[in-house]
Amino acid sequence: MAAVAGAAPVGTLVDQFELGLEAPICLTWELTYACNLACVHCLSSSGRRDPNELSTAECKAVIDELQRMQVFYVNIGGGEPTVRKDFWELLDYATAHSVGVKFSTNGSRITPEIADRLAASDYVDVQISIDGATAEVNDAVRGLGSYATAIGALENLHAAGFENPKISVVVTRHNAGQLDDFKAIADRYGAQLRITRLRPSGRGADVWDDLHPTAEQQRQLYEWLLARGEDILTGDSFFHLSAYGESLPGLNLCGAGRVVCLIDPVGDVYACPFAIHEEFLAGNVREPRGFTGVWRESDLFTELRSPQSGGACESCGHFDSCRGGCMAAKFFTGLPLDGPDPECVLGHGEQLLAARDETPIPMPSVDHSRLRPPSRSCDEDPLAEFWQRAGG
Amino acid sequence: MGEFDLDSPWRLNPQVALRPESFGALAYHFGTRRLSFLKSRALLAVVERLDAAPDASSACRAAGVSEEQLPSYRRALATLAGSEMIVPREVA
Repeated sequence: MAAVAGAAPVGTLVDQFELGLEAPICLTWELTYACNLACVHCLSSSGRRDPNELSTAECKAVIDELQRMQVFYVNIGGGEPTVRKDFWELLDYATAHSVGVKFSTNGSRITPEIADRLAASDYVDVQISIDGATAEVNDAVRGLGSYATAIGALENLHAAGFENPKISVVVTRHNAGQLDDFKAIADRYGAQLRITRLRPSGRGADVWDDLHPTAEQQRQLYEWLLARGEDILTGDSFFHLSAYGESLPGLNLCGAGRVVCLIDPVGDVYACPFAIHEEFLAGNVREPRGFTGVWRESDLFTELRSPQSGGACESCGHFDSCRGGCMAAKFFTGLPLDGPDPECVLGHGEQLLAARDETPIPMPSVDHSRLRPPSRSCDEDPLAEFWQRAGG
Repeated sequence: MGEFDLDSPWRLNPQVALRPESFGALAYHFGTRRLSFLKSRALLAVVERLDAAPDASSACRAAGVSEEQLPSYRRALATLAGSEMIVPREVA
């Protein structure tokens, strides 16, 4: 992203963004909670399809709205979005209506034929998730065989001449030492590396204590990102690390309800993809006011765009750079929203985590996890099987 | 960046979409997938006028840019040209 001046700007861009925009810059749309994997850290607790999922016609109506609002592109995810039977139809519909699509996938449906088709469009970007630079590290989190599947998808995209796909990595304690290896994989397939932060959201809450990077790894990650600049995408997810000194590239603010939001598979609109909880639910696209109305007028988003208190952080000399960190990370670790991030680089979060009392930590209010991971199809819960069939 | 020819015809890249915002506008390039922020409404007005104007300086004048402000707009247009948000326009 680049800012272009030209006489008397009205305050800084960050100030403007904190007040909200006519439409989101970056909208995540999770098309389905159905997934053929069961990653241990899934931010949306995906697995089974929700019977109340938006229909094809409803999805198209959302796309029409996004076109009217001039949302340039959407980040489509899930679940595994490609398991929806109408996925390719919706992809074509969006791009035909000037809404670019970047979709996240585990790669299981990126066959050579699909790769050829994707390579032919300027308006589609593909992001393949891997969470380990080796099968051993990746599969421990994403499931047996998922590394080979993802690499196979990258090979197919590369062979089809797809330019610059993204490789998306969530940094964990086990892969934080593999950053150079991830970069090498990206280079091998002409891809761009995207590194994001592990949030204690969805099933991520269950594994966060064990998987989130150590303080030392955070410091190394910061140095690594700083040295590589805009070459590495981060979805702005490490702005809390800016308190180490220099700002990382990006906007460096919590964009929840201001520049980003999430539409979930049943049309619920949340402040951000990591905040699937009724506390951060702004409305639903099925309401008469539509997504536009929810974005522009909902009480929650209006509140998020009003000046926020830095609380305990306000007196800290680093508040201007980290701005108290990630709202979802605080919420799902049971920390106050106006205090430090659990991974505050000064260690204030760690102290608070250690001092938590018996107050229950908020649980996600939506959970589509399968009851147990399927090892053979006949082991599956019959209900889950029904959802899977219905979802494609 | 650097030199930008104010006396040539320019246009918004057909692959770029502009979205007005209170602070100015967002510009998104569908080819490079880059987003830029135009930090004033006046700059948006200039960019919107490029296509119909015989050259970039006429577009600036039509948008109300004064002679003193021209160098700053020239720099902004150079940045937009550098990221291919605006491109030279062929004159028939």
